[in-house]
Amino acid sequence: MSMTFALIGNQNCGKTTLFNQLTGSNQHVGNFPGVTVEKKEGIIKKQKDKFVVDLPGIYSISPYTAEEVVTRDFLINDRPDGIINIIDATNIERNLYLSLQIIELGIPMVIALNMMDEIKSSGSFIDVKMLSNELGVPVVPISASKNDGIDELVSVAVKTVENNDKPAKTDFCKGSVHRAIHSLAHLIEDHAERKNIPVRFAATKLVEGDEPMIKLLDLNQNELDILNHVVTEMETNLDTDREAALADMRYDFITSLCQKAVVKAGQTKEQERSIKIDALLTHKFFAFPIFIGIMALIFYLTFGVLGAYLSSGFSYLIDVVTAAADNALYALDINKALHSLIIDGIFAGVGSVLSFLPTIVILFLFLSILEDSGYMARVAFVMDKVLRKIGLSGRSFVPLIIGFGCSVPAIMATRTLSSERDRKMTILLVPFMSCSAKLPIYAVFVQAFFTSHKALIMTFLYVFGIIMGILSCLLLKGVFFKGKPVPFVMELPAYRFPSFKSVCLHMWEKAKDFIVKAFTIIFCATIVIWILQNFDTHFNMVSDSSKSILAAIGGIAAPVFKPLGFGDWRAATALITGLTAKEAVVSTLQMLTGDAGLSSIFTTHLAALSFLIFTLLYMPCVAAMAAIRREFDSTVKSIYMMIYQTAFAYAAAFCVYNAGRLMGFGRDAAPGIAEIIIGIFLVAAIVCVALYLILSKNHCSANCSKCAKNSKNKSF
Amino acid sequence: MTLDKLKVGSSGVITAVGGKGALRRRLLDMGLTPKTEVFVRKVAPLGDPIELFLRGYELTIRLEDAKNIEILKK
Repeated sequence: MSMTFALIGNQNCGKTTLFNQLTGSNQHVGNFPGVTVEKKEGIIKKQKDKFVVDLPGIYSISPYTAEEVVTRDFLINDRPDGIINIIDATNIERNLYLSLQIIELGIPMVIALNMMDEIKSSGSFIDVKMLSNELGVPVVPISASKNDGIDELVSVAVKTVENNDKPAKTDFCKGSVHRAIHSLAHLIEDHAERKNIPVRFAATKLVEGDEPMIKLLDLNQNELDILNHVVTEMETNLDTDREAALADMRYDFITSLCQKAVVKAGQTKEQERSIKIDALLTHKFFAFPIFIGIMALIFYLTFGVLGAYLSSGFSYLIDVVTAAADNALYALDINKALHSLIIDGIFAGVGSVLSFLPTIVILFLFLSILEDSGYMARVAFVMDKVLRKIGLSGRSFVPLIIGFGCSVPAIMATRTLSSERDRKMTILLVPFMSCSAKLPIYAVFVQAFFTSHKALIMTFLYVFGIIMGILSCLLLKGVFFKGKPVPFVMELPAYRFPSFKSVCLHMWEKAKDFIVKAFTIIFCATIVIWILQNFDTHFNMVSDSSKSILAAIGGIAAPVFKPLGFGDWRAATALITGLTAKEAVVSTLQMLTGDAGLSSIFTTHLAALSFLIFTLLYMPCVAAMAAIRREFDSTVKSIYMMIYQTAFAYAAAFCVYNAGRLMGFGRDAAPGIAEIIIGIFLVAAIVCVALYLILSKNHCSANCSKCAKNSKNKSF
Repeated sequence: MTLDKLKVGSSGVITAVGGKGALRRRLLDMGLTPKTEVFVRKVAPLGDPIELFLRGYELTIRLEDAKNIEILKK
């Protein structure tokens, strides 16, 4: 019989490892509809028609985060046949908190008690049988990383569903909470049944004051009054409020259960080891140097030695294949246009993007080691204060750093962020970090225009990108992400050795993702660009690129860039080809200007600087766009983001160019370039500060009561 | 006193959890409920957030959020 299991558990409890053990490579990664929350599905190994859906790692089924809402919706609307709830035995109290909430759904369920090997080796003991009896669901001890007990888990899970064994108990409460839940369960029974929601679950959520559930159940005024009355009575009896009462009730039950069923011989070895490691890695003085060291090493290995070596090998391979295809096409005497399309268009375009593949795979090797070992949580802990000012948390730091290497893996790495809001904001911020493909553009321009201030201009461009990113973040925080940020209340898991299998699967997943992208979106984009480059407006093939459709479009677009100081069709064309890959800006410019050189387009240094700023900030390349589209899971939102970025770039370049001109650098900027930069830094700083003040003031007035309270506290 | 005032290396027992909405719920969900014993393990290098030990695991929260938690020093 075909059945679907939902795999559910806290973060850091070994859920991904278990999912990988259950499914092997039989998995499909996607998003839940409409949100940036990952949904993984797979087929259980050695079983027929047994599917498992990996739900996001959550701590509770509250209605506050996208992850929790997605989980609720999936459990209530899609109603899986069974639930596999994985819990970390070394951290059993907090993990059981979620279990108690899931049990209320009345879906056949089994608990996978993970990390039992660590419990045993530390001399602790858990009475699995008692746990199972007291919770009313089967409990199977496993060790996901050692592949112990997985077969038994699957067979118990299948049996539970086949017999339709719903959790034997749903009542874990006594006294006032118990009374409140029961009287409400009677009151709303028919409502819940009509909406196909488990009655017990609905009643508990009502007592908790869960807004979406209250709306969903469609209660009439009389029923709402009864609800309020029941809850008020409970609150008065317990002298606490509804949310605290229920959390209290659950943890009380768990504490007394653990006192009976768990004998702890102190901390596990892994936990003790973690405290020692953290003494160094989150040390007051060593934390930053160590973090910078680790990131530098990863960058060096990925974009330097290892990556460069593999990338050039891979490029060589692509060249060989291209040459072979080229020869074959000659031999077959294929039509010249088609030949050019295949070789100059598809092979060159897709090939150049594919040559990034080794770099991306290696970067993800390191990233998954950082993530799986538990170090990423420490980075968040150490860096949180830095990023809080712009409305993000420490977790966003690593993706942003990777952005300096390449936006594509950086955007893909935002998956490690635990909240949807942070993921979206980080994705919007990543393109502001100058990726390594922009480096050749900067290098060529600096060489051509700013020979005496090379390092200064280079540094300026990188810093300018970051400042603009911060500005954009403050702007977005104030306008689009007004909602409260997800609170930064994060677990610091014990350090563990990443499992080889998980790391490999992760790499394979990212590689597959990238290859699929290369052969779909990027494939189409290269064909379009090739057509634009090789045909004129009458669709005759041209040999002179200045007569192509692309040049014509460049010509139309050119006047738009006039206020920025580079209203030349060649500059516009280069910017368009830059969308395939940013390096193409330079190669196109060099091809189009020929011997005349860049100064035939950019008559002043200021214009060159303005062009550099526009290139730094305007919409990212197709590969990054494809990654963004994939993460947002929305074409419309991705297009908005492209428009936003390009507009932002335009505004920035415009301000810089015209401010520079007003200051008198327009004609001959050669001597005063350092002054321009100082001016711009000043302007940027002023704008930054102004915006920050405006936004933080708004923020304050919205939370006035809190502010007043804070200041009162201080005055006392 | 409140949790943010507790010194590194000392423990306290939670008496009340204030605040509202998502933050408060998250604190409760993570096991910061009344009667729970909390130990302050360390402070991040920049002085914020702090690392706590409770219910057998390590948790980090920001000082401004820790302000909402009333404790009794042990």
